[in-house]
Amino acid sequence: MPARALDGVRVAEFGGYAAGPHVGKMLANFGATVVHVESRAHPDGFRMQYPPYKNGKPGLDSGGCFAYFNDSKFGVALDLKNPRGLDLARHLAAKCDVVIENMRPGVMARIGIGYDTLKASNPGLVMLSTCNMGQTGPRADTPGFGSQLTALAGMCQLTGSPDHPPMLLYGPYIDFIASTLGALAVLAALERRRTTGNGAHLDVSQYECGLMFLAGPLFDFHASGRVAQRAGNDDPGAAPHGAYACAGGAWLALSCWSDAEFGRLMEAIGQPALGRDRRVVDREGRRMHAQLIDTVLAGWLRERCADTAAEMLQAAGVHAHAVNTMADLFSDPQLAVRGQWRRRSHPVIGEQAYCAPAFTLSETPAEITRAAPTLGADNESVFRGLLGLTAEEYAAYQAAGAFD
Amino acid sequence: MLQGYTVLDLTARLGWLAGRLLADLGADVTRIEAPDADRGGAEWRALNVNKRVLLLDAAETDGLERVERLARSADILFCTPRPGDRPARFLELNPRLVVVAITPFGLTGPKAGWLASDLEIMAAGGAMSLAGEPDGMPVRVSAPQAYAWAGAQAAVGALVALHHRGASGKGQMVDVSAQSAVITALAHAPTFVDISGITPTRAGAYVTGRSVTGAKFRVFWRCRDGHLNFILYGGGAGRHTNEQLVGWMRSRGFELGPLERIDWSRWDPTIVTQEEVDVIERPLERFFATLAKREFLEQAHRRGMLGYPVSTVADIASDPHLAARGFWQDVPGPDGPGERHCGAFVVVDGHRAALHSSETRAASAAKRIR
Repeated sequence: MPARALDGVRVAEFGGYAAGPHVGKMLANFGATVVHVESRAHPDGFRMQYPPYKNGKPGLDSGGCFAYFNDSKFGVALDLKNPRGLDLARHLAAKCDVVIENMRPGVMARIGIGYDTLKASNPGLVMLSTCNMGQTGPRADTPGFGSQLTALAGMCQLTGSPDHPPMLLYGPYIDFIASTLGALAVLAALERRRTTGNGAHLDVSQYECGLMFLAGPLFDFHASGRVAQRAGNDDPGAAPHGAYACAGGAWLALSCWSDAEFGRLMEAIGQPALGRDRRVVDREGRRMHAQLIDTVLAGWLRERCADTAAEMLQAAGVHAHAVNTMADLFSDPQLAVRGQWRRRSHPVIGEQAYCAPAFTLSETPAEITRAAPTLGADNESVFRGLLGLTAEEYAAYQAAGAFD
Repeated sequence: MLQGYTVLDLTARLGWLAGRLLADLGADVTRIEAPDADRGGAEWRALNVNKRVLLLDAAETDGLERVERLARSADILFCTPRPGDRPARFLELNPRLVVVAITPFGLTGPKAGWLASDLEIMAAGGAMSLAGEPDGMPVRVSAPQAYAWAGAQAAVGALVALHHRGASGKGQMVDVSAQSAVITALAHAPTFVDISGITPTRAGAYVTGRSVTGAKFRVFWRCRDGHLNFILYGGGAGRHTNEQLVGWMRSRGFELGPLERIDWSRWDPTIVTQEEVDVIERPLERFFATLAKREFLEQAHRRGMLGYPVSTVADIASDPHLAARGFWQDVPGPDGPGERHCGAFVVVDGHRAALHSSETRAASAAKRIR
């Protein structure tokens, strides 16, 4: 097996759902050893609260949602309310380079594994604390889910048509912004540790991470007082710019960013005269006569296959792509060539497609090393193997209820 | 945290965020900009603050030589190559360099040369199919998101490769697909296709996929000055939220109707039917219509409830929580008056790194090069 970029990095993860575990998954896919810590009394919320389940039957180990974010990791069950379980959690953190947690601020300290405690025995520890509002501030203790935080952070207000209510972006959209930036912060802290030996406590507010994705409109408000509004699929820089219905319920997204590109679009759909029409020869004109252009495009696309139309328009030098559905993501030839989905076998779920990273590395490729762990599946290999407990010690912890 | 590392930013709009993120983490980022480029737009200013800016035309021999000289001593290079460009040539100049190429579809594959802006990338990545009215047109977010997803993933890719260089001494190519980066945003939607043969689709102002009965839950509720986001959840947090909301309504003397009879400790959103959901949601709709956004935010926090108002950028700009955390950073602008920016996204050991104005660094970069 080729070397992987994060070989040798050890990560322990406390928490659940998306915001913490997705950070660990990204690191695991590049070779980090990641241990996902849960307990039998409090399993990861993604195990039981979100479908889909294998054969539609909810079960701790049958959930595709949990599995999707926890491939390539080891799974342990530790009772952190049991002194012996807590003891093992501390040992684990002492052996790790990184601890990731996404509980409410103060919960880790209350359990007895706060940053100050862990740092005392592991000064090089990088700890990522990620939560809705960050570790400090007047609303720091707000509980919250990403699907709602996406509304507070401005994305929902900017989605949909101006005369309709705001729209959801599917799922906890903002959590994945925060997990991506959280992984980035962890990697930066590991770089600093390489030169200084010092660890770090990283306070990531999922809210603030989300705002980085709207940095432009926020800047604009501060500079000019302009309040960005949702505009359907319009864009001030292009005309046309939208989605059009195609055959079989599919849609095509297309846009023209110059007058020449509009000319090519009209040539490609057999309307060269409209391409030269004085009314629509520039962007201003095309915006004014949007209905005329939309009608022509809608007529051309209505009975066409979206993928075929996209290929034709791309060949003519026009921005275009089918609106991929979730099913289309599994048949898109581009994603297939790039190995977006990797099927791995899970003892309860069976074959499942796991998501590969968004980038490839030429020398140290990513890998989905294994399907997600069943609850507590790796207790023995982690605590005996990684932590080096003897069989007797392990049995004693077990008898004391550390793994309940 | 990245003090001592140098980054060269040769990107078009697709990659701007990548360099900004590394600059916010302490790297010394030099952005190459064409002399005639418009540097006044909100997106440019917001995503290129904290970088040095060097004005030169990389298409001219003289400019190209300067870029190559910078690439020889840089640690990371971000670029957004067009078809025919060969980003690997930078790695030949400097084998220790981490070369990050950001393109809509990646450097390989049948669509490697395809044209795509934010709209087409959001379409290709599946995000548009999940946003919009159920029977209506798929929509994108009105402020570009695909560029941010690509830029953020590019920054991660850069540091993953940099980590490997720490061990091996060797740079490498990082090939970022913006289409794949958008897939990150889809949560676990793809897995429904895979495990259940169900293709999740857009649900407008509702959330679906939570109950085995297929019931949909309302998300957006009209309030006095806009909309609120509130969802009936289960689990410990959902139970607490629902109990608190009913208590709040009761304290206001609000007609509870069927809510009076519900035992939230037994209520389970994963099995409820649409009819049961509708009955609960009716009185909530009437109550929320009486509230203002900020009032909901404050009360929900005080009561430990899940749910948030639907903010505009103006609401966000005046949120006292962000001010208390020092999120906004003021830096000198090009014409004197200060500019207000989103600050660094992470607080490290209790400290948020200050931003530098891109302008004050332009002159020093130019001097350094000469």
